[in-house]
Amino acid sequence: MCGIVGLFLKDPALEPRLGSMLAGMLEVMSDRGPDSAGFAVYGQGRPDRLKLTVRGGRLEEVVNALGGEVESRLRDTHLVLSLPSAEEHRVRGWLATERPDLVVTGAGERIEIYKDVGLPAAVARRFDLAGMAGTHGVGHTRMATESAVTVDGAHPFSTGADQCLVHNGSLSNHRSLRRVLEPAGMAFASDNDSEVAAAYLSVKLREGATLSEALEAGLKDFDGFFTFVMGTRDGFAVLRDPVSCKPAVMAETNRYVAFGSEYRALVDLPGIEDALVFEPEPARVYAWERH
Amino acid sequence: MQVVDLAETKLRALNARLHSLSANTNETVWRVENPDGQHALAVGLDAPITVEIAGHAGYYCASMNMQATVIVEGNAGVGVAENMMSGMVHVKGDASQSAGATAHGGLLVIDGSASARCGISMKGVDIVVKGSIGPMSAFMAQAGNLVVLGDAGDALGDSIYEARLYVRGEVKSLGADCVEKEMRDEHRVELRKLLDAAGLGETVQVDAFRRYGSARSLYNFHVDNAAAY
Repeated sequence: MCGIVGLFLKDPALEPRLGSMLAGMLEVMSDRGPDSAGFAVYGQGRPDRLKLTVRGGRLEEVVNALGGEVESRLRDTHLVLSLPSAEEHRVRGWLATERPDLVVTGAGERIEIYKDVGLPAAVARRFDLAGMAGTHGVGHTRMATESAVTVDGAHPFSTGADQCLVHNGSLSNHRSLRRVLEPAGMAFASDNDSEVAAAYLSVKLREGATLSEALEAGLKDFDGFFTFVMGTRDGFAVLRDPVSCKPAVMAETNRYVAFGSEYRALVDLPGIEDALVFEPEPARVYAWERH
Repeated sequence: MQVVDLAETKLRALNARLHSLSANTNETVWRVENPDGQHALAVGLDAPITVEIAGHAGYYCASMNMQATVIVEGNAGVGVAENMMSGMVHVKGDASQSAGATAHGGLLVIDGSASARCGISMKGVDIVVKGSIGPMSAFMAQAGNLVVLGDAGDALGDSIYEARLYVRGEVKSLGADCVEKEMRDEHRVELRKLLDAAGLGETVQVDAFRRYGSARSLYNFHVDNAAAY
């Protein structure tokens, strides 16, 4: 089943409230996915610095050991490192050799990614999602059907800088896509079909496609069921498979664009009673970019 | 008028009250406030009452309806009026997938558009959509009428039995065994009645519609198709 939500703000005045709006949406989708939850938030960033979200235990020790100009913010089982972009190679190298137990869940100028098992409301509370500010974000609540309830199977998946994907559905050709993507330099952290979709889109973006073009290409190459919500540093997009197997509802006002697996997720958004509420059409790419 | 605010009353309590009404009840008009997209609103009704839903509805709103008139003032989620037997369901906004699925009778009117699989396996219901309908609509439709003022998506009427489809706009493609058919006088009379029932006056002319239905070529096994199985 699974539930997905997404929120892309047009009005900067709402940015301090992004996290609280997203947390409310995520909690309503608990019925669709009570096993684990995850979310990505595009907060503040600086072009000369990189944010790495790291998941694991004994996180307090990491910053001191790294030294240099690395700053950090600890949120429960996740640590967001902020480092000069030039230090990326050194820091990733140190993490790989000294702390192979840690998982980098996301990297980029603005993205932060958090995921954990448990009820979505509890997961959101643990990381204080409601206190986060940002321009856009996506979230996922998972009802595990094909694989175990683990953090590794939780969305969003991030396979490129400032990119993330949440997926409701299943792909049947993920093994064959993976065989094409691995030689193209993509490494996979899980056996999850959604991670393959994320990697496919990352490769397209790396090759110069726009967000819309990458998803258009996916429409031809993905075999299966999907409702996707994708975030990039400045963009937000939605795509459903041609059979529109998985549900989707969107709401747009002059202040935001919101996505939910069901309308219930959008009920508490400001001004929802006057929003344009619509169901995204199958096989049509919907994309918004910040300028 | 009975007013039920779902911000204060549980959905099950509302449905239980509606189910307890007898055929000669005096509580004939109900207004449901703050529906907030909840699922299973006003399902399984069996009394000659009117229920107004003041907002968007979730899945299966007014499904299995008998006798009642259910008006959704916003959009309706998946499966609105699914398996309706009689009565009327009026959606003032858009409807999601599978609107009127498997419905045996009654009238479903959608002022906006309906997405995929509208009227799937319909068994006698009349459906009037003032906007357009999505792909795979009227799939395996068995009986009843589907009237569309706008366009129809891919594979309209795939594997259709005896339902009649009237479309005023473009049909993107027809499904297997669905063909355009001649509009005869009996169809014009029938279509006029349906348009009138949906509150559409003479501004909508029956001659602007085209009729589609079953070619009946899938009704019997044909030996030439043996290799397809």
